[in-house]
Amino acid sequence: MSFFDESNVAKAKEILARYPRPKSAILPLAHLAQDQNGWLSPEAMEQIADLTGTTPADVLGTCSFYTMLKRRPCGKFVVSVCTNVTCLVTGGPEVLDHLEARYASEPDVTVEEVECLAACDGAPALQVNYEFHERVSPSSAVEIVEGYRSGTRRARTVSGATVA
Amino acid sequence: MTETRIVTKRLRDRPDDSWTIDGALASGAYEQLRAVLAKGDTADVQEQVKLSGLRGRGGAGFPTAQKWSFLPPDSFPRYLVVNADEGEPSTFKDRMLLERDPHQLVEGIAISSYSVKCNVAYVYVRGEFALGYERLARAIDDARAKGFLGRDILGSGFDCDIVVHRGAGAYICGEETALLESLEGSQGMPRIRPPFPAIEGLYAKPTVVNNVETLSTVPHIVRMGGEEYAKLGVNRSTGTRIFSVSGHVNQPGNYEVELGMTFRDLLYGLAGGVRENRKIKFFIPGGASSQWLTGSDEHLDAPLDMDFVQQTFGVMLGSGAIMVYDETVDPVLIAWRLAKFFAHESCGKCTPCREGTGWIEKVLYRMSHGLGRPADLDLLVDVGGNISPGVVNAPFVQTTICPLGPSAVSCIASLNKFFRDEVLERLRNDAGAHA
Repeated sequence: MSFFDESNVAKAKEILARYPRPKSAILPLAHLAQDQNGWLSPEAMEQIADLTGTTPADVLGTCSFYTMLKRRPCGKFVVSVCTNVTCLVTGGPEVLDHLEARYASEPDVTVEEVECLAACDGAPALQVNYEFHERVSPSSAVEIVEGYRSGTRRARTVSGATVA
Repeated sequence: MTETRIVTKRLRDRPDDSWTIDGALASGAYEQLRAVLAKGDTADVQEQVKLSGLRGRGGAGFPTAQKWSFLPPDSFPRYLVVNADEGEPSTFKDRMLLERDPHQLVEGIAISSYSVKCNVAYVYVRGEFALGYERLARAIDDARAKGFLGRDILGSGFDCDIVVHRGAGAYICGEETALLESLEGSQGMPRIRPPFPAIEGLYAKPTVVNNVETLSTVPHIVRMGGEEYAKLGVNRSTGTRIFSVSGHVNQPGNYEVELGMTFRDLLYGLAGGVRENRKIKFFIPGGASSQWLTGSDEHLDAPLDMDFVQQTFGVMLGSGAIMVYDETVDPVLIAWRLAKFFAHESCGKCTPCREGTGWIEKVLYRMSHGLGRPADLDLLVDVGGNISPGVVNAPFVQTTICPLGPSAVSCIASLNKFFRDEVLERLRNDAGAHA
């Protein structure tokens, strides 16, 4: 039983061909799995192990190191709010608190605190599925997220890929 | 005060299409690659880069030509790895270069690969940079379609291709050996040197790791000639650098300036000064890892000269990020948030950093939240001294493999140097309130 669908099996082969050693493909394949499935499941990691000639433990060992790889189901929309130093003094923590309270019981929205997103000239900043939004306030942040939920804004996948 | 736009020229001149192949070609992209390949002299590019005095723009400031010269002459394959894992808090220049001028980077990679005789380059792009990744990948495809990459580039017989590799959220992967580990499919933990990457890097082959801005500068060095480029700047800090200015300035943003300009001219002349005409309490001159400077004339009138600021003040220009804080800011709170960052990003390989960053964060948390104890500042200096003996100045002294641990100590050294009396008084008051 293949975890990757047919078109992604072809993409996985393309990815593997980029590297002289297949283990290098673990991160790109983990992103691909999240693009397809919305999170990085044990089944996905098993197939990544098969494809890269490693063990599921190797894949888990690598993937558990990286914050973008979600090893539990998460919302369709991952809202990453920066609270690092520039965002700290421009209102990032207030945006985070507001969004966490607003979406506490909404399973399609995962709000997370993240480190510096490299958007400090537009602080406070956040990303929704890795799309940047800058100079946000608690209320404008909710408007942005609602735009994605209602479909007026087109979201990337939870790993940040553009949806065709 | 004006900027000196070299690396940022195209993206400022053509805000609507600088990242497209048409926009790039209309503003001179790939002309230097064409010239270099027509001339056919790999040593000449290295000579020009050497004459230019170019130093790495990622943080350490190591001379680029010297880094290239460490490659053993007869060992192939070899790799060029591009560090686009920009994550140093308050640095946002490489993201701009990726999103808005990817062809300049591609041209820089192709020229540099030709010069160091490598046929495959890997670009490690920070995972969170979805747009930057897309635009770079598109630029590579478009460049290949036009014959600027791939086999027998422009009929020269030189083959070169570029693979873009996305990270997945780990600051430590910006450290060059951790980056190589990550690119090989492992956890991003730094390697002990030696062997240095130039001898055994990616897949144990000779490898050069260069930053995005560094490589984006190479086509301009070829165009201007190394000697001409070296006329810009001051002392051993030649050329221009992009400074990411953020915090309490009126016009935060990226400014490309000739090195040697003063902090005052950059922060007041270009970045518009401090909001509501307040005074600068302190600023962090080189990313979160650097020690701090204050709003004193001595500091503001210092030149943007990598060696001068290190030798005089023990700070670094690092990644070119300058965070400005006015008088309303609590330096202990900033120190705590920086410590929290380093505690979160410590990879866990070295005990002093794994344990120490966590303790520093805990102590700074209570100090910044009204729960401090009178001996806390000295406790921090003690804990910090186990990571960076002496808790002194750049260049770091360290008990760890990489500089992440000592970076977490910079804020302690700065608190102790500039705000010791203020902090001690506050700790006494806090302790009194809870007695």
